[in-house]
Amino acid sequence: MAELAYWEAIRRAHDEELARDPNVIVMGEDVGLIGGTYKATSGLYQKYGEKRVIDTPISENSFTGIGIGASMAGMRPIIEIMSINFALLALDTLINAAAKIRYMSGGRATCPIVMRTPGGTAHQLAAQHSARLARVFMSTSGLRVVTPRGPLDACGMLKSAVRCNDPVIVIEHERMYNLKEEIPDHEYFRPLEGAEIVRRGTDITLIGYNLSLHMCLETAKRLEQDGVSAEVIDLRALKPLDRETIRRSVEKTHRVVIAEEDEAAVGVGAEIMATVIEECFFALDAQPVRIHAADVPVPYAENLEKVAIPNADDVYQAALKVMGRI
Amino acid sequence: MKPADQKRLLREMIFYRRFEERCFEAYMEHKIGGFLHLYVGQEAVATGVLEMARVKHDYIITGYRDHIHAIKTGAPAREVMAELYGKETGSSRGRGGSMHIFDPTVNFMGGYALVGQPFPLAAGLALACKHKGTDQIAICFLGEGANNQGTFHETMNMASVWKLPVLFVCENNRYAIGTRVDRSTAVVDQYKRVCGYNIPSSQHDGQDIEVVMESAKKAVDHVRGGKGPYFIEYLTYRYRGHSMSDKTALYRSKDEERQWQERDPIRIYDRKLKQAGVVTDADIKAMEQEIDAMIENDIVKFAEESPAPRVEDLNKYVLDDNPDPRWIGPLQNSY
Repeated sequence: MAELAYWEAIRRAHDEELARDPNVIVMGEDVGLIGGTYKATSGLYQKYGEKRVIDTPISENSFTGIGIGASMAGMRPIIEIMSINFALLALDTLINAAAKIRYMSGGRATCPIVMRTPGGTAHQLAAQHSARLARVFMSTSGLRVVTPRGPLDACGMLKSAVRCNDPVIVIEHERMYNLKEEIPDHEYFRPLEGAEIVRRGTDITLIGYNLSLHMCLETAKRLEQDGVSAEVIDLRALKPLDRETIRRSVEKTHRVVIAEEDEAAVGVGAEIMATVIEECFFALDAQPVRIHAADVPVPYAENLEKVAIPNADDVYQAALKVMGRI
Repeated sequence: MKPADQKRLLREMIFYRRFEERCFEAYMEHKIGGFLHLYVGQEAVATGVLEMARVKHDYIITGYRDHIHAIKTGAPAREVMAELYGKETGSSRGRGGSMHIFDPTVNFMGGYALVGQPFPLAAGLALACKHKGTDQIAICFLGEGANNQGTFHETMNMASVWKLPVLFVCENNRYAIGTRVDRSTAVVDQYKRVCGYNIPSSQHDGQDIEVVMESAKKAVDHVRGGKGPYFIEYLTYRYRGHSMSDKTALYRSKDEERQWQERDPIRIYDRKLKQAGVVTDADIKAMEQEIDAMIENDIVKFAEESPAPRVEDLNKYVLDDNPDPRWIGPLQNSY
């Protein structure tokens, strides 16, 4: 076991897959010569050359489309989009093409691409670099959407995504790239489907994904000191969604808090809330609560940004409320 | 070209015309639904260019006016018709319809409804050819209207920088639905628009199949020769509306339509072949009869008699229907 940072784990997955399969290529803005804005592809250009690790111009929609076209002819492109905000420019090729080609060709054409992008608020990057947008991809038939919470999933799920025959959107987070975790030295894979119970408990279920999962874990520790046993679920995969794990947990704890960093409307939390109501309404002993961002473009000023984005204390306070402690 | 091939090409163009006209009838009979975009008037372009390509070897991709490109590439005509009828035996198993004909068994990689989307997909197919070191090329057919999309400019740039083996065929039929090219586009001659990307280009008559073939051969040779992309523009005209719903009278004159019909690609070619003694009027009449019988007794019959997709299969083809559990899981929790 070696302790790796999140970005190192992503880099390792790229390295292993590039070494294994000559059809794997990496594309994106500055992924090559300088190794990626978050170092996730560092050294790979030097190791595999400019034909395998391709620096693209700033043309998100078309370089994503080129990756999709290449995948239709047997390539396995890993496309990095520098920020999920910029992925909006590629929604035509991602949503209108990648997500639909298998279906509208009656299964005769496929596009096994991976699109990686950090989607979250970093620190004072303001409105155009702080979008989360997981909900956009989560609401699209024909895509898989995963959100690795740490290095173990970041490496193992990316490797699975490269091997998988479907288009996979991998949503990372600027504030997680330096997160460290021990991961196996040998090659391993983590599945693209299934939520994971990352902490067991009996009194309340805390549901998060990506960075908000860490808010849930911090909350669970605090609740333990209050004598409350919290179960924490990492959604891991937003699409397809593991409704079964949510149902079984809530049927056990009868209480639920859902944490997301995005705005609430038509969002991931809204979907989980609907899932809870549809799957286990009569198991609930208290009204479920969503923790989410304020309904504003993310502000620059530090004090404003802080109140616009939820934090672990917000999740903790919500949990106390659901437990009837406040 | 041998007389037998000339005769075959003439027959192909007549067949394409009749096929599309039969689609029109089926649409009026409500046998075909959705949007329907017909290729009538432009036949010489797809026929001529693809005659010069190595079909089933090269990758072909286009927009929503895609029936004839698919058939000339090698997709069975009866499967294309069955697709329009929404049948399980269709090219796309009834899931795509007229605008989304696919047949990857002959490297026909689809028709797309997003105008300009095939540009990057074609460049991606070409990237794969180059990466694998094959002598395949990608050929992308689109109208002049697509050249006002950002993907046109983005893709021309990357195709040129990376010297991708892709041929862009611009079928300039002068109208983006009802908007004439000079009302929407600063540079009307489309071939000039790629100069800024350092891509060689040329403009030709798209109604004379011999002109199309001669120019396409040079373009194909350029691309296959490893010299990077080429952009070729053909001046052509669609006789019908953009789709079945627009009224051409709102945006173009009868005079203009008549002028173009005088330059009908089938008439131009059959006149030439008759003058050269390759075919006679009687030959052409026989061809038309044979084609009409084949369309009715084989193609339409197949489409009519084929089963619709099963309702139970609604969720098929959304994702890989037989995924490998090593990558997919699902992850197991112990309860």
